[in-house]
Amino acid sequence: MSKPVVATTSLAGCFGCHMSLLDIDDRILQLIDLVEFHKSPVDDIKTFSKMCDIGIIEGGCCNSENVHVLQDFRKNCKILISLGECAIMGGLPAMRNGIPVKECLEEGYLDGPTVDENKKGARIIPNDEELPMILDKVYPCHEIVKVDYFIPGCPPRADLIWEALVALVTGNELKIPYEVLKFD
Amino acid sequence: MGNMSEVVKKCVNNYQKDPARMLDVIRDVQAELGQVSDAAISEIAGQMNVSSVDVEGVVTFYHFFSKDPVGQYSVYLNNSAVSVMMGCYEIAKAFEKEAGCKFGEVSSDGKIGLHYTADIGMNDQEPAAIINGVIFTSLTADKVKAIVADMKSGKAARDIVKEFGDGKNQSELIKSMVKNNIQKKGAVLFAPFSPGSALNKAVSMTPDEVIEQMKISNLRGRGGAGFPTGMKWDYTRQSPGEKKYIVCNGDEGEPGTFKDRVIFTEIPEMMFEGMAIGGYAIGADEGLLYLRGEYMYLKTYLEDVLSKMRQAGTLGKNAGGKQGFNFDIKIKMGAGAYVCGEESALIESAEGKRGEPRNRPPFPAQRGYMGKPTSVNNVESFCSASRIILEGGEWFAKMGTAQSRGTKLLSVSGDCKKPGIYEIEFGTTIQTLLEECEGRTAKAVQVGGPSGSCVDKTKFGQRICYDDLATGGSIIVIGQDRDILQVVHNFMEFFEEESCGWCTPCRVGNQLLLHKLEKVMHGHGTEADLKDMEQWCVTVKSMSRCGLGQTSPNPIYTTLKNFRGIYEAKIQKGKDFVSEFDMAAAVKDSCAVAGRKPNVEGH
Repeated sequence: MSKPVVATTSLAGCFGCHMSLLDIDDRILQLIDLVEFHKSPVDDIKTFSKMCDIGIIEGGCCNSENVHVLQDFRKNCKILISLGECAIMGGLPAMRNGIPVKECLEEGYLDGPTVDENKKGARIIPNDEELPMILDKVYPCHEIVKVDYFIPGCPPRADLIWEALVALVTGNELKIPYEVLKFD
Repeated sequence: MGNMSEVVKKCVNNYQKDPARMLDVIRDVQAELGQVSDAAISEIAGQMNVSSVDVEGVVTFYHFFSKDPVGQYSVYLNNSAVSVMMGCYEIAKAFEKEAGCKFGEVSSDGKIGLHYTADIGMNDQEPAAIINGVIFTSLTADKVKAIVADMKSGKAARDIVKEFGDGKNQSELIKSMVKNNIQKKGAVLFAPFSPGSALNKAVSMTPDEVIEQMKISNLRGRGGAGFPTGMKWDYTRQSPGEKKYIVCNGDEGEPGTFKDRVIFTEIPEMMFEGMAIGGYAIGADEGLLYLRGEYMYLKTYLEDVLSKMRQAGTLGKNAGGKQGFNFDIKIKMGAGAYVCGEESALIESAEGKRGEPRNRPPFPAQRGYMGKPTSVNNVESFCSASRIILEGGEWFAKMGTAQSRGTKLLSVSGDCKKPGIYEIEFGTTIQTLLEECEGRTAKAVQVGGPSGSCVDKTKFGQRICYDDLATGGSIIVIGQDRDILQVVHNFMEFFEEESCGWCTPCRVGNQLLLHKLEKVMHGHGTEADLKDMEQWCVTVKSMSRCGLGQTSPNPIYTTLKNFRGIYEAKIQKGKDFVSEFDMAAAVKDSCAVAGRKPNVEGH
């Protein structure tokens, strides 16, 4: 029987969830036995060329490209998992959600304390057509597409990711101790 | 800012820099300066020797305090569900047109500020507004025109009122246009009462005998939760400590209730006497009436009632003629916060802090106001206590049902011809009530306010009592043409706003529920969304810290049960997911500020 195929991506996240995945240490050898990786930063495959069984999403959607990638994952993955706080709730990037996007961009590119005083007048907000368009706020993934499972944490512990993945792939019941699921 | 500093000094000194009077200090500063700015906050903090954060916490907690200018005339228009039914938003338009500014703003000359507020206890005469503490009821576009013209000409808000309501609303110390609308009088509250008689009789008994009568009567708290009053008094009496307090919860904030307003206006002696009886029973020498900020217009009148009761010997030294029973009552004003109806939040507020509920235990009966054993009871409970002393617990227990003895004041409003106060015997059915108030064509009745339940036509045979439909007294009749989901939405917006924010299930849960409801209302819901809502309702109800969160999902929870068809009709059947996301809308602002053309093809 062929191995289940896994794809992963990081949207408006910090790659911390992917780092946490690597924290499974030597179990990574078991993981390679258990699943095959497809489109993912782990193996640098850039595009989908076949249907995947599991899509793992880190980060929420802060720009148009995030939305496209997420929709692409939904199309190409049978099961979609939101991994970590940002994918589930928007996380740290969503701190801007209470501030109008205009103010954020002006602060970032025109008026902020890190903008060179001497060049203030010459600054612009980046507007190249090639750039993704910034959304009015950061959206959690499940508001854009249907998400099947949520693995919480910032980042979720390696043990939690491992146990959840193994349970999903093997069909066994997920047994996680309380300490692995509590967050403060 | 020399002036500001002087004003603060005066206000602070008026209350001897007592931190427990923080709400009074802030109210006075707000009244003088029209706002409580950051500078005023640090000035108050400095002069009262507390931290700025504590002062700011209080200023930002209550509706009637504001860091920004609220206008020389601050108009607070009620936009709760019944006000909306009665045309609140038409009135809002009229205000905006006449005043020349939008709601949430102050006119350019700083004169008129327009604000929305939650229920102000006038549901039987909506749309209603509070302007500089003065109540304006049954507003029409013409009335608004005249009111705004008077404000522009500089008339004091009090002088703009031309007609007065019925009963004591006409008295010199109230002079308000509020109407009592007492539609039905019963044997307990609105039977004749001779002031002084109840306390005189109570003090001829021992405190234990008084509590015994309360227990025999089976009187249960009239605020809605229904805790037995006799038991509460007994616990407080038995709590160790010399100093104890009796507190009257006059914060009726449940949208749709206004019975306490009518008690304050017409039978305050009976209520104050009930407090004295409670004080005698538990061994307290001080009583506090916590009066909601919306009822500021009754404060002078109630102070006068208290002073007359002192002159008559009912209050003060040797109260009711009982040697050694010294008992007096003070009034503490709230400043607009629904959660202060929760007894421990009320105590926090009365102590001059943010009205956030406390952890329990310890219960107020153990550690309440100022850390002393305290019994907090409803306005109507105190009135009932007075009657029970006069007529006896057994007499009282003969009325009502097995679990709910006596009578109950109902505040009836909405789509009926005779809104107002009904004193009914417990056990009356919804159907009977609808016939009395002439609301026969109702398709639903909201019993117990937003935190109660929405009852559909097939269940109008249910009885109003703790054993069947428990209620603090709010009855909102919803007519044939109303959109129930709009009403539910109004209620959920209310809870989202009124959550104190202390615990996550209530702070976040209500917001998630509101957004999910909006998703369904917009036609983007699926069967999965309804399931989510059901599940989240249970989580918020079971995990929240106080009664607010434990009941706030009820508008959705009870309509999902009783009116599921309305939700079913709105959802997209057979789909497992529909997104509300709109790419074009989401990128509009950022593209505009960057000066680029949105490219949303394929969306």
